[in-house]
Amino acid sequence: MQLPAPFRRLIFLALICASASFAQQGERLYKFHCAFCHGKGDDGMAANLVSPKLPHAPSDAALANIIRNGIPGTDMPASLGMTDAEIRQVATYVRALGRTAPQKVAGDAAKGQAAFDKQCRGCHMVKGSGGVMGPDLSDIGLRRSPANLKSSIVEPDANLVAGWQGITVKTKDGKSVRGIKLNEDMLTIHVRTADGKIQSIAKNQTSGIERAGAKSTMPAFKQLPAADLDNLIAYLFTLRGE
Amino acid sequence: MKTLLTSLIFTGAIFAQTGAQTGADWLHYQGNQEGFRFSPLTQVTRANAGKLQPLWSYQIDKTDKFEVSPVVRGGIMYISEPPSDVTALETRSGKVLWKYRRVYPDNIPTCCGRVNRGVAISGDRIYVGTLDAHLVALDASSGNVIWDVEVADFHKGYSSTVAPMIVKDKVIIGSAGGEFGVRGYLAAYDAKTGKQAWRFWTVPAAGEPGSETWAGTSMKTGSATTWVTGAYDPGLNTLYWGTGNPGPDWNPKTRAGDNLYSDSIIALDADTGKLKWHFQFTPHDMWDLDSTQTPILVDANWKGQARKLVLFANRNCFYYVLDRTTGEFLLGKQYVRQTWAEPTLSDKGRPTLKAGTTPTEQGTTVYPNSPGATNYQAAAYSPNTKLHYVMTRDEGGVFYSGDDTYKAGSWFLAGRFVSKPGEDATGGVKAMDPMTGTAKWTFETGPSWSGVLATAGGLVFTAMADGDMIALDDATGKLLWRYPMGGKVNADPVSYVGADGKQQIAIASGHAIFAFGLRDTPPIN
Repeated sequence: MQLPAPFRRLIFLALICASASFAQQGERLYKFHCAFCHGKGDDGMAANLVSPKLPHAPSDAALANIIRNGIPGTDMPASLGMTDAEIRQVATYVRALGRTAPQKVAGDAAKGQAAFDKQCRGCHMVKGSGGVMGPDLSDIGLRRSPANLKSSIVEPDANLVAGWQGITVKTKDGKSVRGIKLNEDMLTIHVRTADGKIQSIAKNQTSGIERAGAKSTMPAFKQLPAADLDNLIAYLFTLRGE
Repeated sequence: MKTLLTSLIFTGAIFAQTGAQTGADWLHYQGNQEGFRFSPLTQVTRANAGKLQPLWSYQIDKTDKFEVSPVVRGGIMYISEPPSDVTALETRSGKVLWKYRRVYPDNIPTCCGRVNRGVAISGDRIYVGTLDAHLVALDASSGNVIWDVEVADFHKGYSSTVAPMIVKDKVIIGSAGGEFGVRGYLAAYDAKTGKQAWRFWTVPAAGEPGSETWAGTSMKTGSATTWVTGAYDPGLNTLYWGTGNPGPDWNPKTRAGDNLYSDSIIALDADTGKLKWHFQFTPHDMWDLDSTQTPILVDANWKGQARKLVLFANRNCFYYVLDRTTGEFLLGKQYVRQTWAEPTLSDKGRPTLKAGTTPTEQGTTVYPNSPGATNYQAAAYSPNTKLHYVMTRDEGGVFYSGDDTYKAGSWFLAGRFVSKPGEDATGGVKAMDPMTGTAKWTFETGPSWSGVLATAGGLVFTAMADGDMIALDDATGKLLWRYPMGGKVNADPVSYVGADGKQQIAIASGHAIFAFGLRDTPPIN
């Protein structure tokens, strides 16, 4: 059946309005539920969403699932109080963010890599090479914004990452074990030391435990010249898990 | 020595325990590369097995089948979880040390669940094959990814569910996807770099030797996948691996011929992947009788002559002994009820097909059912008793043929099967004497999907069909201990010295790992 032209125009306008409303609704929900951690998408302390590729969400269904249920073992929580339709609206908005142009980052990534190899790789692994005293940074450019990367380098105490608490355990036989705490219960502490060994220490054999608490095991690179810092961020921002 | 070891256990590096006692670690899928699934540990014996208690458990947060066989080194257990994530556990507490969580594409075609059977360990790395058919090397201390390579294209129906195997400087990885008309392979990758070293295609290409056993171009969808870990003989530098069903499963009219190298054991040069010999158990299979059971490599006196043997308790209900240097058939004997072949094999080990066993549109009843007499469950071999302990299943099936057009990544079955109506499956552990191909004893477990572990303590561990873990006397099959785990077992038991310094026996049941030991016994010294 051919509808008269005025009706066709009306339906077209209605679709445009519905579409715009859908997008606006997604943005509104994003600001309420997500922006606290993700900022505008690429300036928050959580995953950088201004990217066509989201490491945990290779498909729209996976993205919706993450928004609904969070990502177990990370800081990404399950959503509260959103309907399936609203989750789809947020997912649509997040995908739209991924289609916007990524930030231009000042600095020379090649020089940044050289600096990373010298100062950071001893603790951080990238693409299978490096230390294990800090998080693997192979896809940090997808997970963090340049602003957050800068803050993490200059002021690591303000950007503590869960699961990376430093600890020094002194044992009754005079040993001192310093590393990252993997577990602690009533009876045992598990510590990974800088050489990659995992130590299981019975608590009744300890003479003292020093906890880094709110202090990061990573030194603060406050004295790093601005150009060097830009280079380092430029390099880290290229790390996309590929 | 006792003082030093105690100190290490209670305050020091748990890695330092490695090698403290023979068999302290469980380093290979089947315990050793010869496929024994035998622990030389003797802390748990026939005398004290009745005092075994659960020490710890670890629950996964997925509901897929949990088929893992763990590896353990220096008191740390490394497991794969479905679909193919990896977790490191400390074995005094069961606490998680690290997790590797992979992001999977949607809609990976799998025949039998999003499952994985385990990891391999070598040096400071852990290796896992993934559901999306990659091979991944992880740092053993952190779970960080060292390298990640695509082994095959999952869109075509390939996946990896097998625990990889380390042979010298290579990681051996098999294929799954036999219900999707893939072309099966066994592949080797450089353990350090992830570069492919060789790949043996288990179905020859047109014109290659063996291709004459496939009608027309049917070899292109021939399957013959390699989804359970094989065995390795360092002396002969030979890999032995079982292969799966030909494709499509249940309507063989398009693939007239023997369909090499489906339902076979293949013997490959470990350095080059070149075929040394093969032996096909079920030529032109019509019932999905994958021969993917792990071959067991035993040196024995065979009729007055020292020979290198391979034992194979096959899914097709026949028990085989072959010479593993030459592939010569030495023994083949029916050990579980079957109706597809005459009960006596030829002097070359070839079965004679019985009439009326081809799947039809109306349905054809055949024993065994598609799950077979054995499947992926591990068998065990004790060098002490010289018995081969096999979990068996007895069940008939009705097989229907149909038509399927091959489409990459879609089911390619050309039929279906159901369990024979009105008849419950049964099953049990059989203590097979390889010299005769007969069972010395059988312990009824019901149709269990649990593997079997033998230990130098004179014990055989397995799980009943309902999920009860049991210990049997390895000489008599007498029940010595039983613990209800509350979840069905689709996995294999292992034994090792835990971070508590004691012998532990662990198994996956339901969606958890259970570790058992003797609480009131001092650590091994």
